[in-house]
Amino acid sequence: MIKTEEMMLNVGPQHPSTHGVFRLVVKLDGEIITDAQPVIGYLHRGTEKLAENLQYTQIIPYTDRMDYLSAMTNNYVICHAVETMMGIQVPDRAEYLRVIAMELGRVASHLVWWGTYLLDLGATSPFIYAFREREMIINMLNELSGARLTFNYMRVGGVKWDAPEGWIEKVKDFIPYMREQLAGYHSLVTGNEIFLNRVKGIGKYTKEDAIHYSLSGVNLRCTGVKWDLRKDEPYSIYDRFQFEVPTREGGDAWARYQCRMAEIEESLKILEQAVEQFPAEGEILAKVPKIIKAPKGEAYVRIESPRGEIGCYIYSDGKKEPYRMKFRRPSFYNLQILPKLLKGENIANMIAILGAIDIVLGEVDG
Amino acid sequence: MIQDMLQSSPGLFNFLIFFVLGLVLLLVILGFVTFGILAERKVLGYIQLRHGPNQLGGRFGLLQTVADVLKLLLKEDIIPKLADRPMFILAPVIAFAPSFMVVAAIPFTDHLQFADIGVGLLYYVAVSGMTVFGMLLGGWASNNKYSLLGGARATAQMISYEIPLVMSVLGVVLLSGSLNLNEIVHAQEHGWFILLQPIGFIVFLIAATAELSRIPFDLPESESELVAGYHTEYTGFRWAFFMLAEYVYLFAMTSLIVVLFFGGWLSPIGFLDFIPGSVWFGLKFSAILFLFLWFRATFPRMRADKLMEFAWKVLLPVALGNIFLTAVIKSLFF
Repeated sequence: MIKTEEMMLNVGPQHPSTHGVFRLVVKLDGEIITDAQPVIGYLHRGTEKLAENLQYTQIIPYTDRMDYLSAMTNNYVICHAVETMMGIQVPDRAEYLRVIAMELGRVASHLVWWGTYLLDLGATSPFIYAFREREMIINMLNELSGARLTFNYMRVGGVKWDAPEGWIEKVKDFIPYMREQLAGYHSLVTGNEIFLNRVKGIGKYTKEDAIHYSLSGVNLRCTGVKWDLRKDEPYSIYDRFQFEVPTREGGDAWARYQCRMAEIEESLKILEQAVEQFPAEGEILAKVPKIIKAPKGEAYVRIESPRGEIGCYIYSDGKKEPYRMKFRRPSFYNLQILPKLLKGENIANMIAILGAIDIVLGEVDG
Repeated sequence: MIQDMLQSSPGLFNFLIFFVLGLVLLLVILGFVTFGILAERKVLGYIQLRHGPNQLGGRFGLLQTVADVLKLLLKEDIIPKLADRPMFILAPVIAFAPSFMVVAAIPFTDHLQFADIGVGLLYYVAVSGMTVFGMLLGGWASNNKYSLLGGARATAQMISYEIPLVMSVLGVVLLSGSLNLNEIVHAQEHGWFILLQPIGFIVFLIAATAELSRIPFDLPESESELVAGYHTEYTGFRWAFFMLAEYVYLFAMTSLIVVLFFGGWLSPIGFLDFIPGSVWFGLKFSAILFLFLWFRATFPRMRADKLMEFAWKVLLPVALGNIFLTAVIKSLFF
């Protein structure tokens, strides 16, 4: 007897292309996806709950482990929140160091995305090229902070370490090198017909969908919404730099790809200016009390991480630990649109769509 | 000599000779596979800023593949509990045997050919088509959803791309007037068929890449979606057989391209005739092989739903047009 039935396929949590421990339960009709349910939480560590029993400085290392591909922005968002509550003025040199570190992190994060996305699409070499450049960034951040991935670099009121001698020159040299490599990336991948075939028109959504699903970062900008917190709500010293916010109209994976690649260039522009303006000397840490106590009240700050809007909400009752802390983790919000995108797609596009969203599981699960 | 033996009455001695010859061929091919894999890893390493194997067997890692194969032989042979046992065991054999059978028909030089079959080209295409049963069986018998999807994909892809593959060589057959691979080579004494059949060559190269299921057509085992495709559940030497089949096909297909389009063992320029044919064959073979490795290092994977479209709507019409064009040109100018 011949009969057809829906097939349930369990993708992950141990699957090579889910970028971590992400599980996706998909129902398949042949190779067409009829339903997809993401299952998350395999990497949940309860950062927010743990924070309630930790002093503010002690929370910073935990934020490193959320979005481990751009730990600097995570560091920044919590420091920024506490500084906002306490009204601390951060010294100029520290702000520049922070911006340089964050923008380097953004480039590194987008490089990882570029490499792994191409790996998902079956091209192996771009991954290695991207990691070559990322390695240089990681080495620079290592020299700055003493760690390659979990930097624990920023402090409330400034940064922990000053830039070592010659470090700024290294960053300066890196910028033209990276531009050259970026041109190489474009000639290797961007014009490739097979690649265009795989990303054009894939995972498409409209501006309204993006806003309703609370998407942010590139996932929002790829639909044509010009929204970048560095520009629209300048924090730190971002108002001192000239840069564009790249947007595309397509709303598909191809638009997201273009946006990210353009963002690397914009980050390099910011880096160039930041290195140029870098103050020769100055404090790297503001005068802050030994034990940091945020005043009674609440604060919410948000900044632009490579993945979107990362926010930090603190409710303090005046003690040295927060009463409640909440992170708005962009990957988590960006992931929510996945089931909608996957419905009716061919399973071959599943990974291309998931990859284009650019999630980091540490951030999704918190 | 072989012709005489084929016509003599069958006997144990004849059987022994043929068995030994077959064994020699197998060993030669295994030797190729050993160094073919090493070459692939070295070329990939070179393109990807890595060293590739460089520990075992001197600084070029000459023994790396040998060690890998030994490891595979010593591995535990796992057959999943719910797998279809007989089919599961049979599948790698079915996949491998034809890949080895096709090599017999390929003329490496004018003397070195194991079976000079009148319709050698047809034989190659027909026998190589059997491998797909092994893949489908393996995918089905594993009782794994990824394997099943991989097996189904492999079948669809192989069958679809076989048609443009055959159609594209018809131009060559028209020009040479023979299906015999030896005669096809001899017909190229005054010009390789790549010069006379550029369109046919391109279609053939694309279809051949798809037949070999190498990047950009490695959808049957696309690791980012299907883990490992039809051989997800295979381990140890059974898995090795699937891999072996793949690399023997690479060997066979590359040889076939050399024979069909690059004049086989013939030297490109007349006064270089003193260099033996096997050297020429080896050089051409290496160049084509490098092309396949280069593909692998630079291209992303095709989209599965575009794959069939590409075969039927692009490659096949182009190949048919090429046949028509060739026929017209031949009747007008030759």
